Amino acid sequence: MEVNQSPLGRNERRVDADVKVTGQAVFTGDMYVSGMLHTAFKRSPHAFAKIVRIDTSEASKLPGVKRIVTGEEFPTNLGLYMGDKPVMARGVVRHYGEHVAAVIADTKKQAEAAVNLIKVEYEIKKPILSVSDALQADAELIHPDIMSYATIPAIIPQEGTNVPNLTKIRKGDIDKAFGEAAHTVKSSVSIPIGDHVAMERRAATCRITADGDVHITSSTQAPFVVKSLLGIFFNIPPGKIIVDTPFVGGGFGGKAGLQLEGLAYALSKSVGGRPVMVENSREDDMVTSPGHMGLEATVELAADSQGKLLGLRGEYNYNSGAYADYAVNISRAGAIAGTGPYRVDNVHIDSRCVYTNLPFSTAFRGFGHIEMIFAVERAMSELANKIGLDPYEIRHKNAIQPGDTTPVQSLLGRSTGNLRGCLDLVKNELGDITEVEQVDGKIRAKSIVSFWKAPAMPTNTDAGAILTFNIDGSCNINTGIIEIGQGTKTGLVQLVAETLRVETDMVHVEIGVRTRTSPTDWATAASRALMMAGSAAVEAAQDALDQMYDTAEAVLKVPKRLLDHGGGRIFEKDHPDIGLSFAEIALGYVYPDGNTIKGQIIGRGRYVAHKLTGIDPDTGQGHPDLEWTIGSHGIQVLVDPNTGIFEIERAICAMDVGKVVNPDLARGQVIGSMSMGIGYTIYEGFKFNSRGQITNENLRDHKIMRYGQQPKYDVFFLETPQLDGPYGLRGLGEPGITGMPAAISNALSRALGRPIRHIPFTPEKLAMEDHHE
Amino acid sequence: MKQYEDHIQMEFSLNGERVTTRFDVDETLLHVVRNRIGLKGQKGGCLNGDCGACTMLIDGVPVKSCLMLAIDAEGKEVTTIEGLKDTPVQKAFVAKQGFQCGYCTSGFVMNTHALLQAHPDADEETIQNWLSANLCRCTGYEGIEEAVKMAQKNL
Repeated sequence: MEVNQSPLGRNERRVDADVKVTGQAVFTGDMYVSGMLHTAFKRSPHAFAKIVRIDTSEASKLPGVKRIVTGEEFPTNLGLYMGDKPVMARGVVRHYGEHVAAVIADTKKQAEAAVNLIKVEYEIKKPILSVSDALQADAELIHPDIMSYATIPAIIPQEGTNVPNLTKIRKGDIDKAFGEAAHTVKSSVSIPIGDHVAMERRAATCRITADGDVHITSSTQAPFVVKSLLGIFFNIPPGKIIVDTPFVGGGFGGKAGLQLEGLAYALSKSVGGRPVMVENSREDDMVTSPGHMGLEATVELAADSQGKLLGLRGEYNYNSGAYADYAVNISRAGAIAGTGPYRVDNVHIDSRCVYTNLPFSTAFRGFGHIEMIFAVERAMSELANKIGLDPYEIRHKNAIQPGDTTPVQSLLGRSTGNLRGCLDLVKNELGDITEVEQVDGKIRAKSIVSFWKAPAMPTNTDAGAILTFNIDGSCNINTGIIEIGQGTKTGLVQLVAETLRVETDMVHVEIGVRTRTSPTDWATAASRALMMAGSAAVEAAQDALDQMYDTAEAVLKVPKRLLDHGGGRIFEKDHPDIGLSFAEIALGYVYPDGNTIKGQIIGRGRYVAHKLTGIDPDTGQGHPDLEWTIGSHGIQVLVDPNTGIFEIERAICAMDVGKVVNPDLARGQVIGSMSMGIGYTIYEGFKFNSRGQITNENLRDHKIMRYGQQPKYDVFFLETPQLDGPYGLRGLGEPGITGMPAAISNALSRALGRPIRHIPFTPEKLAMEDHHE
Repeated sequence: MKQYEDHIQMEFSLNGERVTTRFDVDETLLHVVRNRIGLKGQKGGCLNGDCGACTMLIDGVPVKSCLMLAIDAEGKEVTTIEGLKDTPVQKAFVAKQGFQCGYCTSGFVMNTHALLQAHPDADEETIQNWLSANLCRCTGYEGIEEAVKMAQKNL
């Protein structure tokens, strides 16, 4: 049977659909191992304090309690790029909710009862609760030993400060640009720290078996990172670490890196390797595990009389909270992309990761770009207003093109997405962006912004795929990539089916990943899954075909170059009816007399990022940016200026994704990003009191979008091929969030006639014209 | 033998089958169904009544099982996602991309199923009133909205 429609570009049914709508998809917290112990944690009520004494004597007498451990038992520091975080607090707590002691017990209820009896005496210090306070010259140091922590070379901690990383971008001559400018603007914005709110709370189990194997099961986006870091920090041979990841209930960056796995290992070890489950409560998940960064930023733009950008000066101070985790690379990513998708020949950016005594941060969808783009696009709108240029025109005029260079001076090639095309699509939907309409005392206004996003990842980021075959000629894809809901596994099936030219029901895929048997894969992060694991899977399919052609050549006695494949067969080009089915050769060809040749087909595919470098510590020059996904957002709001209550009526996204593999899944990713961006901008963010205690650490007070609050979404895709992506595709999971705060801000600012700069944009803030800025 | 006065035995109907189970009086229905009986389709997203991932039907009425004591289910008909097979709601959630990660899905499916049983012709306001009880972080709700409308047509 010939495939009469390519599996690419088709709305293939999700491979995980049936198990997900029947409750059969198994997540980490659903799993039980014989003899498993449960845990609960004593958390710090203080944001910054010395631990004077921990008394566990009463708690340890409770029934079912196996052990109570404190941070002092684990001298190791953990961290992704910087080893700054103890397994549990040692001597000092640096944020509200930090773990100070763990109870391991037969049941969760027993563990929780014991936690209530642990007494901790603190010497409270004055917490540092903002980036600007943390950057004061006389600010107390949250990590006085900052220079002694192990870091990767890309991270440049600043001695005697609360800055674990400073990234400098110096391109062109910034003073000359501002000196020659006809127009300049300066604009500041801020974003609070907040949470990912993946619906599945993080969980990890660990058991250490008699052979010394360390078995971790975890709701992680990055099992191979877990394996690698556990090996380094606990001195375990990596081959002895087996990380299993079943279904993962959303991640959004919050389950990348190392999360609860190190803790689960340490606790299991403390009870002789018995299975231990660490499962966050929702409250723990929000404040004890990391959330997303905050930002205080100032952008200055210089332009000529026509609105052509001459220079950008950026001060991006990212709020990391108490530990660095991914944050030290997020502030770096924000700098690398720090102009937004515009040609700017003169750039001066200082991007800092800054410690404060707030809950710490890790990767979050958009990885620093959402924050930076808010800062840049707010300034772009203020520049357009000042010059009297249409918001569409100024963006169209300055749109980055192939042949331009990025802030780190890397040259953009033919794979560069078509920003002008995206701006045109959004503009076509919204019409005159400057139009402001009065509707029954309310104001309707619109906005258009641009965005771009590049992965900020190790230069050797890799993926692998193994293709094995079944006796019916169907195949099984084994990769190390994690499905967190984005649909990558379905996309992999489509890519392999396309390459093998078979129907998708002949391609099976493994959802779970086990690090001992799956090929190495960096992580589900940076919108890279389908691009990189997909590249590896396509190469594995090609390798398998190559082997099948070998078998067919031998059996059919026809040179390979005269063979073709399709419909699950290898056949003679000249005589298509003469051939062999995949079923006949997948496990070796058996002659009528029983003789067998070649054996089973095993396809191998690899991907590794190419030609990436670090960046120069003084100028930022380098090539860290593998690929850019570029696009535009448009928003229409209807706001009541008296109450500040507003509705987002329309949310539009046009994005150049290279190739759409599955239109429904692609649209789902973009809409999901946009809705998260709306929540991030108007509802979310942590609130805290003067003592640094988070006051909305639950989903009742930390609101995310609910059913009925969604706008009408419009999504458009352009397909400028990514030449190094499989079938021309590039990443699309994150960029749809990146322009949303800016787009919402710009629409509200136009409606209200004043800049709206401080997230979240609550009705209270909008109604009070002179609200505290 | 030591007797525990707070340990009780109860009989109720679970997905149409009669079940007898033992548990402590302070255990929630979600805990008993997941950890005593072992049906793990319904998830505890917050254990606080905020997210709806644990929604079960009690005599056909959707209830957040993380907030309901198991003893209150005595003699009642409890339905979990394991009790629904090939329903119009499940088919529609697949067809219309009503989920991504799948963690909230059991709760949404249960609530939608109950909604359409109670109000086959539910208007948008009714749908919103019911489904705003559940949180989804992945989809932005468009797929869920379309799935509800499709299921309504195919009841």
